[in-house]
Amino acid sequence: MAKLHISTKINGEPTEFLCDPNDSMLDVLRGPLALTGSKEGCGSGDCGACSVMLDGRLVCSCLMLAAEAEGHEIETIEGMAEGEKLHPLQQKFLEMAALQCGICTPGVLVASKALLEKNQNPTETEVRYWLAGNLCRCTGYDKIVRAVLDTAAEMREATR
Amino acid sequence: MNEISNKWIGTNTIRPDGADKVTGRAAYAADTSMPGMIWGRVLRSPHPHARIKSIDTSKAEALQGVKAVVTSKDIVEFPVDKPVALGIQDMRWMSRNVMAREKALFHGHPVAAVAAMSEAIAAEACKLIEVDYEVLPWAIEIEDALKPDAPILHDFVQFEGKPSNIAGTLEHKLGDIEAGFAKADVVIERSFTTRPVHQGYIETHACLVSVLSDGKTTIWSSSQGQFMVRAMTSLLTGIPQSSIRAIPAEIGGGFGGKTIVYLEPLATMLSKKSGRPVKMVMSREEVMRATGPTSGSTSTVKIGATKDGTIVAAQGVFYLQAGCFPGSPIRGAAGCAFAPYNIANVVSRGFDVVSNRSKVAAYRAPGAPIGAYAVECVLDEVAEALKIDPLDLRIKNAAREGTKAAHGPVYPRIGLLETMESARKHPHYKAPLGKFQGRGVASGYWFNAGGESSAQVNITEDGNVVVTTGHPDIGGSRAAIANIAAELLGIDYRRVSVLIGDTATVGYSNLTGGSRVLFASAIVVTDSAEQVIGQLKARAAKIWGISADAVVWENGEARPSGDHTGNFPTMTLAEIAAKATETGGPIGAGVQLNTTGAEGGFSTHICDVEVDVDLGIVRVLRYTSFQDVGRAIHPAYVEGQIQGGAVQGIGWALNEEYIYNKKGHVDNPGFLDYRMPVCSDMPMLDAVMIEIPNPKHPQGVRGVGEVPLVPVMAAVANAVHSALGKRYYSLPMSPPKVLEGLDEGTLQAAE
Repeated sequence: MAKLHISTKINGEPTEFLCDPNDSMLDVLRGPLALTGSKEGCGSGDCGACSVMLDGRLVCSCLMLAAEAEGHEIETIEGMAEGEKLHPLQQKFLEMAALQCGICTPGVLVASKALLEKNQNPTETEVRYWLAGNLCRCTGYDKIVRAVLDTAAEMREATR
Repeated sequence: MNEISNKWIGTNTIRPDGADKVTGRAAYAADTSMPGMIWGRVLRSPHPHARIKSIDTSKAEALQGVKAVVTSKDIVEFPVDKPVALGIQDMRWMSRNVMAREKALFHGHPVAAVAAMSEAIAAEACKLIEVDYEVLPWAIEIEDALKPDAPILHDFVQFEGKPSNIAGTLEHKLGDIEAGFAKADVVIERSFTTRPVHQGYIETHACLVSVLSDGKTTIWSSSQGQFMVRAMTSLLTGIPQSSIRAIPAEIGGGFGGKTIVYLEPLATMLSKKSGRPVKMVMSREEVMRATGPTSGSTSTVKIGATKDGTIVAAQGVFYLQAGCFPGSPIRGAAGCAFAPYNIANVVSRGFDVVSNRSKVAAYRAPGAPIGAYAVECVLDEVAEALKIDPLDLRIKNAAREGTKAAHGPVYPRIGLLETMESARKHPHYKAPLGKFQGRGVASGYWFNAGGESSAQVNITEDGNVVVTTGHPDIGGSRAAIANIAAELLGIDYRRVSVLIGDTATVGYSNLTGGSRVLFASAIVVTDSAEQVIGQLKARAAKIWGISADAVVWENGEARPSGDHTGNFPTMTLAEIAAKATETGGPIGAGVQLNTTGAEGGFSTHICDVEVDVDLGIVRVLRYTSFQDVGRAIHPAYVEGQIQGGAVQGIGWALNEEYIYNKKGHVDNPGFLDYRMPVCSDMPMLDAVMIEIPNPKHPQGVRGVGEVPLVPVMAAVANAVHSALGKRYYSLPMSPPKVLEGLDEGTLQAAE
């Protein structure tokens, strides 16, 4: 099977890779691109651990073919911090103990960032429904929801 | 008790592994690779029960890109008639669980494994392996496995002198049960069923193994115990433990399910045969078919009480599914069920039932939630019959210091009563309820555990601290250990780095499980830190030319005391470290112990639900857990354990279950149909931490990880009963089941 040559942009950097037609975006991120921050919890789009942004839209990278990245932009957890400076969500998750084992954390953070980009003042219910596609088995979600709400409040305060 | 300043103990510091985890840099088992690495894959039985007559791997081996194939011939055999215990496991079963030998015993049971240049080639090769099966009749459910004509899984398992699927029993007895029931004014006896549920960790099992030509073996894997991985892999492959280095990857959830091996011995033999590093990663479907879950059960509980609410007798019979090999958690079910109460006459029996399912694995307080579900529901009915508030009934009968439990211990100072009284006084217990809303309460107990633990505390040349322990950190234990080390040494916690050592770099440490980790590691870290402080004082004494007894360690500094007070300027940790070479060499200490004194944990929960009577959906509106946590070293992660346990229990109570089809296959092996709670299902979760320090621990620690799950299913079930005036005697209380139970009369009465 001939490999496909794909040109894309990942975390702001022009990136090229070769893939099989049936490779998922997650396969390529975790394999040849060595961006293992995105996790495979299910491979069927049910757990959200592989969440990435595709042209500003939240997607499960396990449900996206790698070839579909051609000409598009992808953001992963590895691109969330700016150099040494953590994104406010990352910092808040640490301060509020919003992670335990941490395997769902990259996906939850990417999804939460996507929410706050669309809605700077989400209600608890909005946070809960937005994150309903990200399974976490450790925390019971309480501290995750609080961390997202607190971050949103701080970010609003910072931009006033 | 540690009486020093407590600047760090009890504070919510940032976890040492935090930045790695929020940036995606933390390396979990599937995140590692090696030069020349190839991929392994497992061929699994398509039948729930079949004799394996022959396996022909020749076509698979001939496929381009295939580097090795293994079957049970490559795994060390342990004859069935001679037990080989390793902890609570038996290697006879472990050997046959990682690779079917005489028979395939469940749909998904490994029968062969292949390593090839790619996962796709390995999968293709699996299809070329020819297995000649003699398909046998199978039994999935307990009642099928116990029928007189049931297919027998293991001819050598005997019960009452006959081949049977009852593989073990256990009985706890206290007092005279008949005499006890004779005194009762009210006796309630009910039967319950629960379904098997999976631990549901989001990280699937994975490992990377390299075996070199000299036999040196390195295993990177995600587990709840690198020493367990080393021991089991050694026993199953014949490679001595000294040649195996098991490196604990970050673990993406375990909850008990990663306390045994599945892939490591297979990858080891594939690596040995191929001469290449081999990586294996399970799919979610493989996890659901062939790992865990915890037992399904059928239980009957009978409780007798006098009019004033004194429980005079209690009897429980708990049948638990073991899966295809003996070893269900009957000890947890029968042992913990009545443990929160002071009851003079108790009989509690457990039966271990094998059937054609995957072998069960530990799940958070294994067995205890099953026992508590039945007992706490019956207690609710006793309270109703006696017209006593359900918490008052529990308070009246609560175990306390000096109570003799049916499973053996006489309790020291415990905080159970405080959990019940706090619940009774809490605003949650008095909050108003609306139509189709109800409130339930329940209590629970878990044994907790100590066991082997090792630590090394080293002072770096620049005067900072590295602590190495041996238990994989599954929920924040490194953060708590940093707090303790910083507290004892009197320095900022950010100067303490806490690492989990591998089997070659830290002393033997038992599994992360049993709620043991912080209890045990705090003891060895405390002992090590105290030795280090002794060394620091001695070094300062040497520099000052005074006796070490005349030096005290305070706020991270050595200070001369007694006659020498004020004679020398204090010396900081960094100043002493800088002079380590000339004062005697490196500063550090390690302690290895079999820790004891882990006293049991108790909690009491309040749950409010609302039942959507049109859709059958039960929604949890409010949940409050009250737990005796001993001492909360890092309160946020203690709360996290309590909250996470509550949600796992809510899933168990309301939605999660293994569904088998007529062919004996799991029909819902994925997160779409195996419905774990999602964020939008849950309310905020209150955790009330009650601190009754464990008198047998330097910081007062009690295990906290497991008891948060124990009362949950009963609290939810009691709340549903309160909402509807109708009780469901089986879990999960999923929408179809709830709807089926709602008739016009029930609805009218509930309104």
